[in-house]
Amino acid sequence: MLDIKNLQAKIGEKQILNGIELKVNPGEVHAIMGPNGSGKSTLASVLAGREEYEVTSGEVSFLGKDLLALSAEERAGEGLFLAFQYPVEIPGVSTVNFMKTAINQIRQYRGQSALDAVSFLGLMKEKMKLVEIDQSLLSRSLNEGFSGGEKKRNEIFQMAMLEPKLAILDETDSGLDIDALRIVANGVNKLRTKNNAVVVVTHYQRLLDYIVPDFVHVLYKGKIVKSGTKELAKELEAKGYDWIKNEVAVA
Amino acid sequence: MSTTTTNQDLKNEIVNSFRAAQFGEANEHREKAILQLEKSGLPDQKHEEYRFAPITKAIEKNFTWKNQISSFTLDSISDFLIPDLEANVLVFINGSFSKSFSKIISPESQVKVKTLHEAFQSEKPVTDTYFDKLVNSETDGYAALNTAFWQDGMFIHVPENTIVEKPFLILHIHDSNQGQVIAHTRILAIVEKNSTLNLIEKFDSIGSNPVFNTITEEFEIKEHAQFEYCKIQNDNGNSYQVANTSIRQSGSSQVNTFTLTLSGQLVRNNFGIVIDGEHCESHFHGLYLLNNNTLADNHTVVDHRKPNSFSNEMYKGVMDNNSKGVFNGKIFVRPHAQKTNAFQSNRNILLTDTATINTKPQLEIWADDVKCSHGCTSGQLDEEALFYLQSRGIPKQKAKAMLLYAFAAEVFAPIKSEVLRTHIDHLVSERLHQIF
Repeated sequence: MLDIKNLQAKIGEKQILNGIELKVNPGEVHAIMGPNGSGKSTLASVLAGREEYEVTSGEVSFLGKDLLALSAEERAGEGLFLAFQYPVEIPGVSTVNFMKTAINQIRQYRGQSALDAVSFLGLMKEKMKLVEIDQSLLSRSLNEGFSGGEKKRNEIFQMAMLEPKLAILDETDSGLDIDALRIVANGVNKLRTKNNAVVVVTHYQRLLDYIVPDFVHVLYKGKIVKSGTKELAKELEAKGYDWIKNEVAVA
Repeated sequence: MSTTTTNQDLKNEIVNSFRAAQFGEANEHREKAILQLEKSGLPDQKHEEYRFAPITKAIEKNFTWKNQISSFTLDSISDFLIPDLEANVLVFINGSFSKSFSKIISPESQVKVKTLHEAFQSEKPVTDTYFDKLVNSETDGYAALNTAFWQDGMFIHVPENTIVEKPFLILHIHDSNQGQVIAHTRILAIVEKNSTLNLIEKFDSIGSNPVFNTITEEFEIKEHAQFEYCKIQNDNGNSYQVANTSIRQSGSSQVNTFTLTLSGQLVRNNFGIVIDGEHCESHFHGLYLLNNNTLADNHTVVDHRKPNSFSNEMYKGVMDNNSKGVFNGKIFVRPHAQKTNAFQSNRNILLTDTATINTKPQLEIWADDVKCSHGCTSGQLDEEALFYLQSRGIPKQKAKAMLLYAFAAEVFAPIKSEVLRTHIDHLVSERLHQIF
């Protein structure tokens, strides 16, 4: 589904990604871990199409298409979704209207007709239940004055509405208490099917207790330096990242 | 503060045309104003208050000074009405009142409506009390120009304890198909105690010759009265306008204003509110969505003279292409005006590198127990917000329009009349799509 080959990217003059290799198949959950500044969020941003980053080398194919040639909105249309680490507050635009516009733009991209008001409301009700989010929150301006937990839950709600083929969760666990973490993780788990895939970017193992990964990768200095199963995440939690850094230094 | 004109010729032309003209009414006011104008001239860009609005230069360049009423070709006003708005319609074409296009539907028991000329005959005590009292012809050359030359106007008087159910829609239509238009118009409205008036003024132009228009509005709002005022400036490309709008509020009155500026070469709004009573509540909103080479300059003054009143001023602007926005917001809180709450905000979005905004809040507070705040921001569209919308599948152009609409909507959302709000919404949406 997603095939990243030798991906290198920089922001300004600063080289951040130094040759990422990663393959994600439908039905899989991948976790990307690593110390601060290793390039985790940059990878998520580059995949979602943030323009400040310049890809200097490598290729990314997504469902057979050249992902890097597509604009951010086209990537969404193809079925890519990024749950933001810091969801943006947008005064004056309600989540409901935002989602209605987003869904219909994506449907238009795919050559489908727009959802009528009744079907849209039906879909919304169903997904609200799934991620345990309240209608009153969705009628308010997008993320404006939301708590950290509410923002993250809203991200998962949007993910539920847009039904992406590949979801990238960028530090979705940051700033969440344990209850909010559970609700968010449950939402993600309920959305999993054998046809879609999830990439979880995180510092900590605790999210992975709830969203259990098939593969864990360690990113360091813009490269994946170690891959393993969920046991690797536990090892990192117990031992920290220093032993990985040492291994890299020795190599 | 200097009030000089660089061009003596323009001033002489103006004064000569005044001497040659015949005016029916208000001659003592006119004489006083022309003397004032002769003394101080029209403000040029050395004048602090007109630094960013080169209106005098533009008039010198684009108009031959004749105090003439231009002929017009217009045979219907339907294009200029507000859809579904049931209103008293008063129509001025090139500054002259058109009885045949106007229609008054409110009963006489609710409101007295006359042309200013008529009012000077039959309502002399009232016009003597209120005419030319709020606007300051001594400090603003264009106010003096209007007082000297006004050719036609409207007098609206709401008696005590009366709700005027239907709004007033005043259409100022400028038809420059036959040549340049110079028009000077005047509105005087008095809303007596416990009464309510809704007034909308709308400016439109047809034709490509230049239009120069001065308008002076004086609104006297008495105790416990309510006044809703909306101004829509949608003059097309080749018009120049100076508006002097002055409102005085007495105790416990409520005033809500909304000024929308969309088009024209140069629009200068001098907007002054005197809060001359306790427990007043006022909201002054303004929105300027500019493109091409339009320059819109909003100079506002909120003058708190009595204690315990509340005012909230919110102006927002979006500048595209080479357009220029100017905002100057003065708030005075006089020594006696304790417990005043006065707020002001001015926010601007620049869409191009060649668009500009000059914004300046000026708070002068002499009372010590008050709550006042002001804030102004100028910047570009939030890139992070744009990316957020795009990442959900919304194309960039549409995402921009959504963000700008949300930015603008805050200013007109409080408009009470749904029909009017819908019309404003339509104008704003249309403009934002035109921008892209």
